[in-house]
Amino acid sequence: MKAKQGELKVMTGNSAAAYGAMLCRPDVVASYPITPQTEVVEQLSKFHADGILDAEMIEVEGENSAMNACAAATLAGGRAFTATSSWGLVYMYDAVLQAAGFRAPVVMANVNRETPGILAVSSGQQDMIQTRDAGWIQLIVENSQEILDTIIMAFRLAEDYDIQLPVMVNYDGFYLSYLAEGVRIPAREDVDRFLAVLKSQPQRTILDPAKPIGAGSHGILTEFMELRYKHCAALERAKNKLDEIDEEFGEFFGRSYGGQIEQYRMEDARFVILTSGSAVGTARTVVDAKRAKGLKVGLIKLRMFRPFPQEKLIKAIKGKKAVGIIDRSVNFGWNCGPIYSELRALTPEIGNMPMLSFIDGLANIDITKPHIERVIDDVYQASQGKSYQAVTWIPLEERE
Amino acid sequence: MKEIRFHGRGGQGAVLAARMLAIACVAEGKCVASFPMYGFERRGAPVVAFTRFDDKPIMEKTQIYNPDCLVVIDPGLLKLPTLFTGLNPNGTLILNSSRVFEKQPNENLKLAGVVNATQIAVEEVGRDVPNTCLLGAFAAVTGWVSLKSILASVGEYFGGDVLKKNLRCVERGYNEVKVTKWQ
Amino acid sequence: MAIKKFSTKYEAAWSDADQLLLCLDTGTWRTKRPVVDKEKCSYCGLCAIYCPPQCMITRVDFFEPNLDFCKGCGICAKECPRGAITMLPEGDFTS
Repeated sequence: MKAKQGELKVMTGNSAAAYGAMLCRPDVVASYPITPQTEVVEQLSKFHADGILDAEMIEVEGENSAMNACAAATLAGGRAFTATSSWGLVYMYDAVLQAAGFRAPVVMANVNRETPGILAVSSGQQDMIQTRDAGWIQLIVENSQEILDTIIMAFRLAEDYDIQLPVMVNYDGFYLSYLAEGVRIPAREDVDRFLAVLKSQPQRTILDPAKPIGAGSHGILTEFMELRYKHCAALERAKNKLDEIDEEFGEFFGRSYGGQIEQYRMEDARFVILTSGSAVGTARTVVDAKRAKGLKVGLIKLRMFRPFPQEKLIKAIKGKKAVGIIDRSVNFGWNCGPIYSELRALTPEIGNMPMLSFIDGLANIDITKPHIERVIDDVYQASQGKSYQAVTWIPLEERE
Repeated sequence: MKEIRFHGRGGQGAVLAARMLAIACVAEGKCVASFPMYGFERRGAPVVAFTRFDDKPIMEKTQIYNPDCLVVIDPGLLKLPTLFTGLNPNGTLILNSSRVFEKQPNENLKLAGVVNATQIAVEEVGRDVPNTCLLGAFAAVTGWVSLKSILASVGEYFGGDVLKKNLRCVERGYNEVKVTKWQ
Repeated sequence: MAIKKFSTKYEAAWSDADQLLLCLDTGTWRTKRPVVDKEKCSYCGLCAIYCPPQCMITRVDFFEPNLDFCKGCGICAKECPRGAITMLPEGDFTS
């Protein structure tokens, strides 16, 4: 049984996020506007005003309340959605940690923007990096269609009885949030069908006046450790679960994205570049151009950031000659890119090979084709045994 | 693939024009990707919008550095030193202005369509909203998208009387644009 | 690694406030210009109080905007109790 093709509509990434959320029939939406996410809130409000979205729209005074409201709603057995970015994500930080610790299956769209410290109303993945230790599942997407589809998959993943973890769907501010593309909108009944399996699963623990239960009682000593252990174990299970869900989505809706990672032209690749988000799209075109010139380069698209897809990456990169990682953020204290340093931790399993860190695309700086060409050239040189620079801040480099 | 770059100021409808063009392209079965880039969101601030269309899905998510066509909504922006930088050979320009070019402004520019979109908009809509008129001129000069599709795309954003006025702007832009060719 | 000469002056996000800030030419942002009808103006000063860049200049018995800084927001025209201020297209005033 296959889903209908769905209406094709030109919409921005933000609009796609709102559509994705609306189609999943959330019970509660509590969200506060912030550039570059505002359109998500506006579109959801419009859906509600037009009677398309039958949700409790809680007009909160700030993001901290937004996350508290959403987490509480899911703990009462409901489905909740919110969206934010950078400063808003930081403002709700304690609630973000609470949601994860409580195992509250909230789905949140995070529109990547640079974090406080230097006031920037511009794209950058620092907000996602800032929150990597919150215990959430974190996904990163490449285009507007993937935003819509991944939000549907996010609810399926978050609320799965084996998982019960909040999911953050990250997409680049400005370069994706405002990017208008043709997007297929799945039919609502088809989304209902896709999510229906959740109803046949056992009921997760919820707040129910008929069955009083204490929520958030503090743990101590080994009890605390048990809960942390269970949390980490659930994150581990989320890896295979995402792959399964992505495959189911592909079979039903006709679109799949590879699950934890997507491998592009990797089968016979001799060296690799890895990146995430909108930059992947551009990287595909540059990889094709370099391949046409005879360079055996492959591209890995990182879709799941938390949990970190260790097994998949080890399998994909082991045996290659060099790998370059383009980060849209910085790892303070390690003076390199964050995703690069996480991949470095897998060196014992991947094997000793040149690993190059490229920092680019901060604060609306464009990750252009020439930038990616340079990345591929540098990684190629390294794969040939030539000397290389471990960390490159591409836009600041002296070379032309 | 064709790459079009819109130049305008906040409040002139550059972003909306790029969006309408995207809708028109999709209606004709093309794949499209369009996004704006601006600094501070205020009236009068420089706005650039990038639109790509092709027969196959568009992968690149960068700004446009080698446009095939420039659409300039504010004639004052002609003074921008980087306006024509990277323009592809056989480049096209659609310009909102009351004056046609006396000489070729850039060696890569082979085709220019000039229309007084401000005047047309003021006459038809009563306000200086030159974007819809320029879309009509774009369709006429490039032939990359049909007038019918542009008119339909405008209908996605306006209704009633305002729609009728903007549709007239589109048609006038289509009919009244003055074309100049260079070798 | 070779970094080109930095264009930023400070270690953190500081910016010089002595020159540029006070001379920001907000007047170029205007697409509409307030025109004061001197006869109607009662010199109440509400326009001056509400003006965001505080650019209303006092003349003997009327106010008028300092066009170097007036952004054309129209708040003065909206707040004037006498309807003495009209917003006109900036284009009308340029050659």
